[in-house]
Amino acid sequence: MTIGLEHYLTVAAALFVIGIFGIFLNRKNVIIILMSLELMLLSVNINMVAFSSFLGDLTGQVFTLFILTVAAAEAAIGLAILVCFFRNRGTVDVEAFDNLKG
Amino acid sequence: MLSADLAILTPEIVLSLFAMGGLMAAVYTSKDGLAAALTWGTALLFVIMAFYIGVTGAGARTAFDGMFVDDAFSRFAKITILLAAAGILAISQDYMSKTGLLRFEFPMLIVLAVVGMMIMVSAGDMLALYMGLELQSLALYVVASLRRDSVRSTEAGLKYFVLGALSSGLLLYGISLTYGFAGTTQFAGIIDAANGELSLGLLFGLVFILAGLAFKVSAAPFHMWTPDVYEGSPTPVTALFATAPKVAAMALFARVVHDAFGGVVGDWQQVVAFLAVVSMFLGAIAAIGQTDIKRLMAYSSISHMGFALMGLAAGTAVGVEAMLIYMAIYVAMNIGTFAFILTMERDGRHVTDISSLSAFASKEPGKAMALLVLMFSLAGVPPLLGFFGKYAVLAAAVEAEMVWLAIAGVIASVIGAFYYIRIVYLMYFGEAREGLDGRMGLATYIGLVAMALVIGLGWVPGINLFGIEGPAELAAAMLTR
Repeated sequence: MTIGLEHYLTVAAALFVIGIFGIFLNRKNVIIILMSLELMLLSVNINMVAFSSFLGDLTGQVFTLFILTVAAAEAAIGLAILVCFFRNRGTVDVEAFDNLKG
Repeated sequence: MLSADLAILTPEIVLSLFAMGGLMAAVYTSKDGLAAALTWGTALLFVIMAFYIGVTGAGARTAFDGMFVDDAFSRFAKITILLAAAGILAISQDYMSKTGLLRFEFPMLIVLAVVGMMIMVSAGDMLALYMGLELQSLALYVVASLRRDSVRSTEAGLKYFVLGALSSGLLLYGISLTYGFAGTTQFAGIIDAANGELSLGLLFGLVFILAGLAFKVSAAPFHMWTPDVYEGSPTPVTALFATAPKVAAMALFARVVHDAFGGVVGDWQQVVAFLAVVSMFLGAIAAIGQTDIKRLMAYSSISHMGFALMGLAAGTAVGVEAMLIYMAIYVAMNIGTFAFILTMERDGRHVTDISSLSAFASKEPGKAMALLVLMFSLAGVPPLLGFFGKYAVLAAAVEAEMVWLAIAGVIASVIGAFYYIRIVYLMYFGEAREGLDGRMGLATYIGLVAMALVIGLGWVPGINLFGIEGPAELAAAMLTR
């Protein structure tokens, strides 16, 4: 069996859905949410590279590099805000996010 | 032609250099001693750039092989964004120094966010769109948690971060599918591929992109972050969130659906109309029970985004023009209202509960009158400017034969009028008790009165909405050509 474009797309879609479920079903720790966000962005990268190779067009790979860079910046900012929150509240449980009703 | 490309990006480059220079200057000198000067300098630079763009801009030019588009549409959006950000900086200065939040990072982060917004509205390629959006978002996540020793502010920042990153993920997934099935990330190429019958892959891409953008404009059902973030962030930051980023996201929305998917209006029209109806009703109904004025303004902004999306749902040049006019008026109303909210305090402490406005009019009739004008305008009472914004989008919807949408809009605006008028009722007929006793800084006072005058007198025949209709029409024509 040869591995074609659709296999890559299926893996990426599965990872993307796992990422979304990780954000909404997780009731424990905010770090897991950050991991899920990262998973979503990486699944998009698989999509981009697969399409890029399939189309024989480099744009997708350039896009991937930009996404990786932004994901790194995003993780840094997310962790920084999380550290601030931890200092104030002493915990990073998802249940601790109840100071603003809603 | 690198020099020609760079010439087109002059405003963005100047602002970026200013941000870097300002950070360096503040770090190497007195840190926060420079904060006040930097805030005023930034506001001044924003106004200068807005004039520069307004005076020198002409025609439609592209830079970097179509990555970046400078046309009448992007110029209209950029001027609105720059003036809104300058106004917010001017009215918040007083609050910041009173609450000890006067840090030099605040104006610099806003400059970076504004550069991101300007790139967003000028995007001619999915890559430029994504980079602009992220530059804006990353700066705004930090500003939301500006008061880093407060649980509420950091919680607001983290919530904004998680949901903002989720929406970026949805948007990116849509972009990747669009790239795969259109073969290009340029809007000019996508519009060729997305013509007539839309392939399944492109349809999925379009839906994901719309969902991601709906998060950014806080349209229901993607609005859950809005009330919490508005409530938890420091009030000047809330004021910023309610104005400039909303204009940028809405302009980006219009740019994507018209420039990239303009050939398949029927496919996104229904989605946008759905978003518009749900936002209008949710914003109107959920705001009724609120006791915190910042939360109330959050639901109010959700409802207003619904109206702006109604103009977009029409899918015509008239609709885009109505959306631009609506956003400009919305920004003016919000700057005025937040200038008032910034000065709500009792015994030196900032308060945000609506009941503290009770019998405010007997104490300060002038300010109460200004807030009355703004509230009636937000509710859409003629002849104030808010009414003309609503009228423009309703007329656009009717013209596009979406009468049901216009009727839904009228019903939602009647429901929404209730909570605006309740504030006015409290001010004028509420029971007298311990109320507000704060004093207003000069810039904030000017902001409140100027916006109330703009809103209250903009309809006078000689003024005619300050002539924004002409540029808005030109901008819309350029986008939907």
